[in-house]
Amino acid sequence: MIHWNSFSEFLAMGGYGLYVWGSFGVTALILAVEPIVVARNRNNTIARLKRQLRAERRITE
Amino acid sequence: MTDRFNIYRYAAPSAFYPLAGAMVPWFAAAAVLFGLAGLWLGMLVAPTDFQQGEGYRIIFIHVPASWMSMFIYLVMAFWAAIGLAFNTRLSGMMAQALAPTGALMAFLSLWTGALWGKPMWGTWWVWDARLTSELILLFLYIGYMALVAAIDDPRRADKAGGLLLLVGVVNIPIIYFSVKWWNTLHQGASVSLTKSPSMAATMLWGMLLMALCFWMYSIAVALIRVRTIMLERERNTDWVRETLEGDGK
Repeated sequence: MIHWNSFSEFLAMGGYGLYVWGSFGVTALILAVEPIVVARNRNNTIARLKRQLRAERRITE
Repeated sequence: MTDRFNIYRYAAPSAFYPLAGAMVPWFAAAAVLFGLAGLWLGMLVAPTDFQQGEGYRIIFIHVPASWMSMFIYLVMAFWAAIGLAFNTRLSGMMAQALAPTGALMAFLSLWTGALWGKPMWGTWWVWDARLTSELILLFLYIGYMALVAAIDDPRRADKAGGLLLLVGVVNIPIIYFSVKWWNTLHQGASVSLTKSPSMAATMLWGMLLMALCFWMYSIAVALIRVRTIMLERERNTDWVRETLEGDGK
């Protein structure tokens, strides 16, 4: 069922290791970092809007 | 009339915001599951390609990323058309939320393409029709984001960005049909609606599962982003104030 005989064979990718893992590595990095950046941006925006809302309330009260 | 379930209700940001929030975890979970299944099939089970050895396995991210880069642009152009025609608030926000993910998909398509081209064609890059038109797609994404960011009034930014998206949509069929219209180093379509696929079943399923993974991932990320844009743009409305006083959900 599993195509590979050993882990080192899997890593070597039949001599294409650099190209295959270079592709998968950068893709994994981007797909891991983008959600973190998006979530942080969301938290920052919510915090800033809450601060603005509080400041606004202080002025009107 | 008003009792009936009405899909247009969700065109209002106040109604779409909680719906989008509830959908994010499901799309994220689906992305992980499809991704694990696709990687398992593609990287562990699928056989060696008779021409390209193990190097062909780049296909499992190259094709999904390329498809998404084109599809996301079409969805953005669709929202741009809706926004320009009906002047709806949500459409511009949707287009903006998709743009960075689309740009990353175009970049990944080019990056994995270069890493695939080097061992198979002997070069990282050629100025041929398929590669050049995909590079133009990346520039269109970057141009759209820069244009929208440069205009302070969000409604005017949406209009200008929408026009750019609609003009640039001509590039999508050029990318898609470039391998038919011109002589190119790039191989023809891996999967076609009219022919049965020329790949082993495990390869094909691995690729389709990875495509579903990228699809779900893009929706999840874009939904989080559109929620942030909604709060920002509608910050002076009652529903955003109430949301901010609550837990932000």
